[in-house]
Amino acid sequence: MHDVLVIGGGNAALCAALMAREAGASVLLLEASPREWRSGNSQHTRNLRCMHDAPQDVLVGAYPEEEFWQDLLKVTGGQTDEQLARLVIRASSTCRLWMRRHGVRFQPSLSGTLHLSRTNAFFMGGGKALVNAYYRSAENLGVQVRYDAPVDRLELRDGRFVAAFAQGERIEARSCVLAAGGFESNREWLRQAWGQNERGEWPADNFLIRGTRFNQGVLLKDMMEQGADIIGDPTQAHCVAIDARAPLYDGGIVTRVDAVSLGVMVNRDGLRFYDEGEDFWPKRYAIWGRLVALQAGQIGYCVIDSKAIGKFMPPVFPGVQADTLPELARALGLPADRFMQTLNDYNAACRVGSFDHTVLDDCHTEGLAPPKSHWARPIDQPPFYGYALRPGITFTYLGLKTDAQARVYFGGVPSANLFVAGEMMAGNVLGKGYTAGVGMSIGTAFGRIAGTQAARAAHREPEHAVA
Amino acid sequence: MQSLEALTREAVALASGQTITADISAPGRAAEAEVARQMQICNACRYCESFCAVFPAMTRRLHFSEADAHYLANLCHNCGACLHACQYAPPHEFAVNVPRAMAQVRRETYSDYAFPRALGALYRRNGLTLALATAGGLALFLVLVLALRGTLLHEPLAGNFYAVFPHNLMVTMFGAAFGFAVLALAIGAVRFWRGQSPGPVTAPSAAEATRHALALTYLDGGHGDGCNEADDRSTLLRRRFHHLTFYGFLLCFASTSVATLYHYLLGQPAPYPVISLPVLLGTVGGIGLLIGPAGLLWLNLRRHPLHGDPGQRTMDRAFIVLLFATSLTGLALLALRDTGFMALLLAVHLGTVLALFLTLPYGKFAHAVYRSAALLKWAIERRQPDRLQLGSD
Repeated sequence: MHDVLVIGGGNAALCAALMAREAGASVLLLEASPREWRSGNSQHTRNLRCMHDAPQDVLVGAYPEEEFWQDLLKVTGGQTDEQLARLVIRASSTCRLWMRRHGVRFQPSLSGTLHLSRTNAFFMGGGKALVNAYYRSAENLGVQVRYDAPVDRLELRDGRFVAAFAQGERIEARSCVLAAGGFESNREWLRQAWGQNERGEWPADNFLIRGTRFNQGVLLKDMMEQGADIIGDPTQAHCVAIDARAPLYDGGIVTRVDAVSLGVMVNRDGLRFYDEGEDFWPKRYAIWGRLVALQAGQIGYCVIDSKAIGKFMPPVFPGVQADTLPELARALGLPADRFMQTLNDYNAACRVGSFDHTVLDDCHTEGLAPPKSHWARPIDQPPFYGYALRPGITFTYLGLKTDAQARVYFGGVPSANLFVAGEMMAGNVLGKGYTAGVGMSIGTAFGRIAGTQAARAAHREPEHAVA
Repeated sequence: MQSLEALTREAVALASGQTITADISAPGRAAEAEVARQMQICNACRYCESFCAVFPAMTRRLHFSEADAHYLANLCHNCGACLHACQYAPPHEFAVNVPRAMAQVRRETYSDYAFPRALGALYRRNGLTLALATAGGLALFLVLVLALRGTLLHEPLAGNFYAVFPHNLMVTMFGAAFGFAVLALAIGAVRFWRGQSPGPVTAPSAAEATRHALALTYLDGGHGDGCNEADDRSTLLRRRFHHLTFYGFLLCFASTSVATLYHYLLGQPAPYPVISLPVLLGTVGGIGLLIGPAGLLWLNLRRHPLHGDPGQRTMDRAFIVLLFATSLTGLALLALRDTGFMALLLAVHLGTVLALFLTLPYGKFAHAVYRSAALLKWAIERRQPDRLQLGSD
């Protein structure tokens, strides 16, 4: 029998496995996916948000605890647990030495991400390179890893972990870390959570999943059924507007379209529905998934003209191109009359000052609802381009309630040997909203805590308790 | 929604490489089109930016022309880091495998720019090319020995090669073969450079490119841990074996050059004693040229199956084996030059060297020329202001 069973194979699971192993525990890690798809959403990540009081290798300037906390408070609208949030923030300032020891390498912020050069440490090669390093280190340290090993339920006794069932096999351990992700890949669950809207649509049917197909939420559901304390709203998630042509799963970073603030967004009826120039795109991209989800057909169309070309990060798929706006409307399948009226109204309302997409410039609309507050220039220079966008779910926030020791709770009572980390508990810190890289900060901090606690619990656990 | 479905189909086709992007429409340019397809995906991701020069060079572009594909392909050192780090690598439907796509374009570069052009086809069946060249070289010299001396074995000649082959014969043959190789490769480099127009070469850019070429900077993985071989582990072994091969080759070349100077300037013809500059340089270089290629071959045989272009494995391995054989026969000749086997060993060594020289412009060696050119272009290009002013993502 192993001391510690880790269920999941992403960043949080690996951090837990490594910490438990370093604490002397024998560790078995069960990854639901085959080896080539291992590590869930972690393979798509690129950085972690780090507190630091002075410049550090790849991080410029300083990002003190208080500023990090205020950022988190702002994006979550206060739906966060200050104690746990500060725990994550502090851990983010010290975890990178440990990460490097396990082979993770960092790089300066990527071109096009200068705004993150102070706050976020980028993994060289991205998240897949990070998990590759962790898996190598885990194997070197003697952590046992099993792929194609989805766990469907746990055997609990009075809030204590006894065993996990993986495809009929009963696997006992002295303690257990749950780090098996959210339920974002489970389209049926998303459908239920989002329900039917006033138009009779099931909005979630039109969502795309930006990450893994393996986060089916099976364990989350099992834990809910077994009475674990739950936190969060099932419709809350990291949700951005992505290219509608993206694959259903694993589209990752490249499916984003960063042209929204340079043009206009219209819905299926050819109408604008939100201020595209409210703020810098990196501060606004995370709200557009929800905005598009609320439109008819859960689809939006970003329209730009040639003036915008070369001013935004290149998207993976080329835009639909046309020489006139009515042609573009037809090519996008939009009602041409309504679309033209929207564009004409917008163009007429533009008050162009000195355009500069790198600052909050003075180009804005007047007398238009909704307004466009910055970067408003008439869309009049052919060729024109259009991108259809859909809501893309990165991960869901519904999770298990936990504390500073990463313990799972049942009816307000913490378990002695069952712990949780990663997306399965991120909702404790992220009630809603998102700020770049904080998912990995939470996963790393709680993964490490859960691993340490699980090793400790395994040493305390008497041999016969699980017999 | 109809148009969206059509677009989605188009996107899926694009992502899986079924269509050719608008930038490249000429038929038969599938390799370049594949690089353009993959670069469009990479340019929207950029996670690999610090591994090497390919990705920073990519971010200076929005579209990837044929010339861009050739430039980036030759800038790629096939280290494998980006493949193992790639969230879009197979089995992902985007099927991104940058090292392979780049390797496939490199072969197009070599054959497109070959001089004379018709011989570019030799890259396609390169194992056969090198095998035939070697067999031909060996046969030629063995027949020559028989013709000149009537027998392959003989009484010891105190290491005097010229008793077997007259000095002028050797100089003429090898001078011509080597001279032609240099000419052919230079013409290829000029043709490649003309298609690139990177701007004027400056001293700092030339110095930087030279340093990166000589140090194999981009085999360090960007983090200094090295490149990938059999799996996602980084190792410096390939860089070290390549150094042994390259500098071993250079020392052997220096040995020949010094001997030439001794011959013409000092009037001291071969053979040279064991403790002499030509023999010492040749011995040390020869040992490097044994260990280096042996190591490279060992790594090559263990390479991850997704690395590089499987269609070029024979080219890579044939060249490595030929280098190894050159060194092995040279060292054997040195060891046994005072015996009755000298003429035979000399014929074998000279046949191997001739095959090496003749195939330099039509085999793996070409990578040195085009990679150096690509490194020079990058050193020039990165000093120029970036024309793109992309907003933040």
